Amino acid sequence: MAYASKKEEESGLSSYYNNKTTIIQEARVFNESPISPRKCRALLTRIVYLLYLGESFSSQEATTLFFGTTKLFQHKDSALRQMVYLAIKEVATTAEDVIMVTSSIMKDMQPNSEVIYRPNAIRALCRIIDPSMAQGVERFFKAAIVDRTPSISSAALVSSYHLFPHAKDVVKRWVNEAQEAVNAKSSPSFFGGSSGGYLNFGSSGSPSSGYQPIPSTSYIAQYHALGLLYLIRQHDRMAVTKMIQQLGGGKSGAGTTLKNPMALCMLIRYAAKIMEEDPNMQRQMLDLLDGWLRHKSDMVNLEAARAICEMKNVPTAQLSKAISVLQLFLSSPKPVLKFAATRSLASLALTHPSSVATCNVDLENLIADSNRSVATYAITTLLKTGNEASVDRLMKQITSFMSEISDEFKVIIVDAIRSLCLKFPTKHVSMLSFLAGVLRDEGGYDFKRAVVEAMFDMVKYIADCKEQALSHLCEFIEDCEFTKLSVRILYLLGMEGPKSPQPTKYIRFIYNRVVLENATVRAAAVSSLAKFGVNAIDMGLRRSIGVLLNRCLDDVDDEVRDRAAMYLKVMKERPLADAYIKEESVFSLAALESKLVAYISDPVAVSQPFDATSIPKVSRAQLAAESVRPSTLDTIAMPVVKTDSTPPPPTAADTQSTYVHQLAEVPELAEYGPVLNSSAKLAQLTESETEYQVTCAKHIFKEHIVFQFNVTNTLPDTVLEQVSVIMQPQADCGLTEDFIIPVPALMTSTSPGIVYVSFSRDNPEEYATGSFQCTLKFVSKELDPSTGEPEEEGYEDEYQVEDVELAVGGDYIIPSYASFSSEWDRLRTGASSTETFSLTAMESIKAACDSIIEILNMEPLGGTEVPTSASVHTLQLSGLVTGGGGKVLVRCRMTYAKGEGVTLELSVRAEQERACALVVSAVSG
Amino acid sequence: MNLSLFTVSAFLILDSEGHRVLAKYYRPKSHPNASEANRHLNTLKDQRAFEKGLWTKTKKPGGDIILYDSQLAVYRHSLDLIFYIIGSPAENEIMLHGALTAVCDAVHLLLRNQVEKRVVSENLDLVLLCLDETIDDGIIVETDSTTIASRVSRPKADTTEIVINEQTLMSAYQTVRDKVQQKIQQL
Repeated sequence: MAYASKKEEESGLSSYYNNKTTIIQEARVFNESPISPRKCRALLTRIVYLLYLGESFSSQEATTLFFGTTKLFQHKDSALRQMVYLAIKEVATTAEDVIMVTSSIMKDMQPNSEVIYRPNAIRALCRIIDPSMAQGVERFFKAAIVDRTPSISSAALVSSYHLFPHAKDVVKRWVNEAQEAVNAKSSPSFFGGSSGGYLNFGSSGSPSSGYQPIPSTSYIAQYHALGLLYLIRQHDRMAVTKMIQQLGGGKSGAGTTLKNPMALCMLIRYAAKIMEEDPNMQRQMLDLLDGWLRHKSDMVNLEAARAICEMKNVPTAQLSKAISVLQLFLSSPKPVLKFAATRSLASLALTHPSSVATCNVDLENLIADSNRSVATYAITTLLKTGNEASVDRLMKQITSFMSEISDEFKVIIVDAIRSLCLKFPTKHVSMLSFLAGVLRDEGGYDFKRAVVEAMFDMVKYIADCKEQALSHLCEFIEDCEFTKLSVRILYLLGMEGPKSPQPTKYIRFIYNRVVLENATVRAAAVSSLAKFGVNAIDMGLRRSIGVLLNRCLDDVDDEVRDRAAMYLKVMKERPLADAYIKEESVFSLAALESKLVAYISDPVAVSQPFDATSIPKVSRAQLAAESVRPSTLDTIAMPVVKTDSTPPPPTAADTQSTYVHQLAEVPELAEYGPVLNSSAKLAQLTESETEYQVTCAKHIFKEHIVFQFNVTNTLPDTVLEQVSVIMQPQADCGLTEDFIIPVPALMTSTSPGIVYVSFSRDNPEEYATGSFQCTLKFVSKELDPSTGEPEEEGYEDEYQVEDVELAVGGDYIIPSYASFSSEWDRLRTGASSTETFSLTAMESIKAACDSIIEILNMEPLGGTEVPTSASVHTLQLSGLVTGGGGKVLVRCRMTYAKGEGVTLELSVRAEQERACALVVSAVSG
Repeated sequence: MNLSLFTVSAFLILDSEGHRVLAKYYRPKSHPNASEANRHLNTLKDQRAFEKGLWTKTKKPGGDIILYDSQLAVYRHSLDLIFYIIGSPAENEIMLHGALTAVCDAVHLLLRNQVEKRVVSENLDLVLLCLDETIDDGIIVETDSTTIASRVSRPKADTTEIVINEQTLMSAYQTVRDKVQQKIQQL
């Protein structure tokens, strides 16, 4: 008994409807004779209910139950039959051989059976039918879709909707019937409907008497029919556009035959999609949306307003109309309307804060709304649109209910405050105290991270509050359960702490971590301490840090010990400290990763240590800019989660690793060794709208150069065979052609195909340059439209594409970051050369800078790519020469005089003589 | 943007303790992004955790709508029960609310306004059929509550049926005629 009561607590009503075993045993009642409809219906209810409680049947059990259930088709009690259909629908997903009952169900679908369960039969059929049998039921469905009873028509449409993905060809043929259902104007006659409903209320009539339901006033079949029509036509934009125009009912939207608001909502979504895809249709669709803003249904108004708000480059006039519709919702007594409106406005405020500001008065009234979600949205919107004066008041309001809302909303609020801090830096005091307050509250990782990141931003951008924010963070790590956050905060303390007037006050907090936390945090704390030690001006502080680090040498974890030992050593020697702690440049992670992958996959290279000098470096600022975190605000506050947005463009690392992957698949290139450099971007050799499109990438190997041509065939009815690219080098460019790897056959479906052309470098020490005339050569064959097989006879054809340039910048030199002055000094003894050029064609210093950077493909340093003076400028560049060429630095001193153009003094310093010569030749060439 | 008819991702009834009275999560096979839609709330454990969390945020009446765990939930209190409809966050709130109103009103009609845990558990068949008539695998089938209620059949007692047809009418008539004749003869 005690067990039973516990069970009840666990799962609500389960003691009343007990468990699966009992039910399977009791399924005997299905076999009794005569069948007792009441008992059977009760048992079926329990089966369905058990599934709804989360129980699941094994395939065997489900099959047994399913076929037990089908015995009940002998009994014609409609109350029983309706429940049988529900049970069949629920069990059919797990049971086997369910198609056996098709004929029984079809009997109930007959047009002449005026029974309550005919729609149920239609809706159950799509669950058990085999797609191949869809043709057999076509006649029934066609008739049912256009049936005058809305419930039958709806059931048939919904059923077809479920069937469509499995039997596309058959369902497509029902398009005329669906069209008719969309346009259906009348419900069943008033007389038949009302009298039937009256007689049948409470189902006291005899089971098979003519059943008439109460007529629906919702016209919902239009919604289902429209959904089905769209499903059939979705890939045909013209047809969808036409459908929207037909059903949209002209400019005012008054002439539409659609009476169901949900159907209109769907139409609005289709229209929004068309607008997005085809800018030419925007005008027309916008007019329709405009009409729907005045529709009598709130649902339609909301959908139209939201579609307009989410549109790109929406005209202000339309936007303000949509906003005024949402503004009306704000003063509605219904929470749902207020919620919908505030949510839309909150996301709109991200992009159009000034337009949303017109609603501020109404939003003010909602900040104490009993629905906390509405209040949250209202406040975040106000934070974005409001002025400086209202900030304090809003913050107070938020603090009062912060504990009542879910973590998602807390994150939304924290993000709103983060952007607000940057907008009104003078308000940082109240915002910082708010953030510090919520940091002490309960909350999950995501929420805490949002708060910590907001404080990071404040430290970064608002100098006044740096100290205050850092001490809040110090307090937070005293009692922080998230290792990741502790580590990030310790790092920040190490970067910012030593610069503060009183660095000593942070050291206690950091050393506490060494004593109290896990190994990961301890290691981070040691690194952080070391930064204080190195950067401290005060010798006393430096000694103290030395003492603390000495204590860490006894740590149980080896990483902590190692770090402590290393930093102790580094602190004593200034050059080491500069290299390891004060270093401002880091490896470009993307390049480092691809080099490491290549290193590991190449068995020959493993015998030698990994060479890190050939990896380009970037400054910390660049790295930070690269990994700018997307604001969570954009993703959460949006009413539409953009799932179909295009993926971000592949990064340099992605392209490099794809190349490595593609090259590894070509056996002929295996012996070339690792790739030294691949082109960062593809060169387009054809116009984008030509029949054959060719792009080219270059891969530099130690002794070879491989050109990769990506060829795309855009003609669907032809196949190109033996596709190759003939390259005609200029005389004596120092390269000898090895071989061409052609593509055997290229169709639109297999495009792009890759043609490789390999050249040997006659002298690997030299950097061969030059341009190549390229011709695409292939055998063109037409495809037989009926069989899809290519014809036997083809003709040879050639297609001239643009020349490929093998140049210094991009192919041999890659940009890399360095601190210019110290490197420049260091290379004083290395190879160097200086030449003077007169660039008469250059219009300005800026133009000269741009073209030098483009030619050399090197990293401009210290903002020198933007000249500050119009007459004199010095441009500093840094790069790496591939294939072990080492570092190269360039200083360009330029003067500009009207009429004479730019005079350039080019000084190059490099680790190797040939790198130096390469740069000079590139500029003079 | 949801361009399909699949609108509802779950229907729930929870009691005053936050326990599940009824829960139907829709996992339509024919959904265009089936794999994506099914990722969330797949296991019983996730579902329970979701319901529990949702309930703590919504146990106070009067809110009607909330965004919880990246799901849009509209809800309605009825004595000791809460009815929920869950949809994707991109969904039109009013549309979901319309569906919820339809189910709730229909259940009220069927249970004669006594919508509480005890009555619901005694009339589960009506509630289940009512739900099935409103939502079919995530598609809203009907929003008119009277129509929905009228489409739900009630069970009948297992009595032998009184068949009324020509024959039985004739025999009744004959019995009456005989009786009357007897009475007249007695006079």
